[in-house]
Amino acid sequence: MGWMGETIDSIKSIQIRQLLTQAISLGMIVTSALIIWKALMCVTGSESPVVVVLSGSMEPGFKRGDILFLHMSKDPIRAGEIVVFNVDGRDIPIVHRVIKVHERENTGEVDVLTKGDNNYGDDRLLYAEGQQWLHRHHIMGRAVGFLPYVGWVTIIMTEKPIIKYILIGALGLLVITSKD
Amino acid sequence: MHSFGYRANALLTFSVTALAFICAIASFSDKFSNQNPSAEIQILNINRLKKQSYGNDEVSLTLDISADLQSLFTWNTKQVFAFVAAEYETSKNSLNQVSLWDVIIPDKEHAKFRIQTSNKYRFIDQGHNLRGREFNLTLHWHVMPKTGKMLADKIIMPGYSLPDAYK
Repeated sequence: MGWMGETIDSIKSIQIRQLLTQAISLGMIVTSALIIWKALMCVTGSESPVVVVLSGSMEPGFKRGDILFLHMSKDPIRAGEIVVFNVDGRDIPIVHRVIKVHERENTGEVDVLTKGDNNYGDDRLLYAEGQQWLHRHHIMGRAVGFLPYVGWVTIIMTEKPIIKYILIGALGLLVITSKD
Repeated sequence: MHSFGYRANALLTFSVTALAFICAIASFSDKFSNQNPSAEIQILNINRLKKQSYGNDEVSLTLDISADLQSLFTWNTKQVFAFVAAEYETSKNSLNQVSLWDVIIPDKEHAKFRIQTSNKYRFIDQGHNLRGREFNLTLHWHVMPKTGKMLADKIIMPGYSLPDAYK
């Protein structure tokens, strides 16, 4: 109960200058996180350098909740690579393995077919209506490394947004009531 | 300075840093393993070589695949994904790779195997270029670690060819 009393006292005694300093510090923390994220995008050449595995279609290799590090280079796409791609009209990226490649002689354009390791059939059912192959511009990156379990935080916050609000509320309260 | 909040924060930061360091070292240790996998593939039979109703060539074959991938497994290996792809060139396409069969190898015991199977995925060309076509059969493998960098390599076996006429 003494903690509640202290909290109410500290909210009552807030001064403008202190409040502004704290707001600026918070802003600095948020922008440095953004700088790190953008720098990662530059270094890996991919629009989303880190993705969370959302489905079980690549088990037992990648389970739901793992995170994958992506890298996109100009190297040609070859069978066996694990690629992350976006289908036109859907905004969730899919992480599957390339099983067929047909590369054109003169233009270097490529037709790619993918399949999840744990799925029975290939991904043609997931592609857009009438689409038989993926092309280079659909592919956002190749998976080059991974960390297990770390992505569960993102999944929980996306699927139960109430937890996100509770966390942000608690963080805000901590920032306001802390003395530095 | 000694409140519960500060102590919990310091503990969390330290443990996450230490865990990240251990994961990086585990991945780095994979560089020191000696790897010498081997494989052999024979085509037992070409079952059908036909032209599909809407244009493309398709072939169905039976393969005898034997491989020893035991040396790829280290303490940091979660699984090895191996697949056999037919690779060939046509006048329109400088490279075609078609995966015919794949397997997930969960541990070292299963990594030495011999299997006779027809192709798991359909071998379809973009066009009618498969009669008399010469192709390579390549065994690819991808090592997925428990944590860290993934590794891939292959063995190329050239010299296979398809019959000159539809059958």
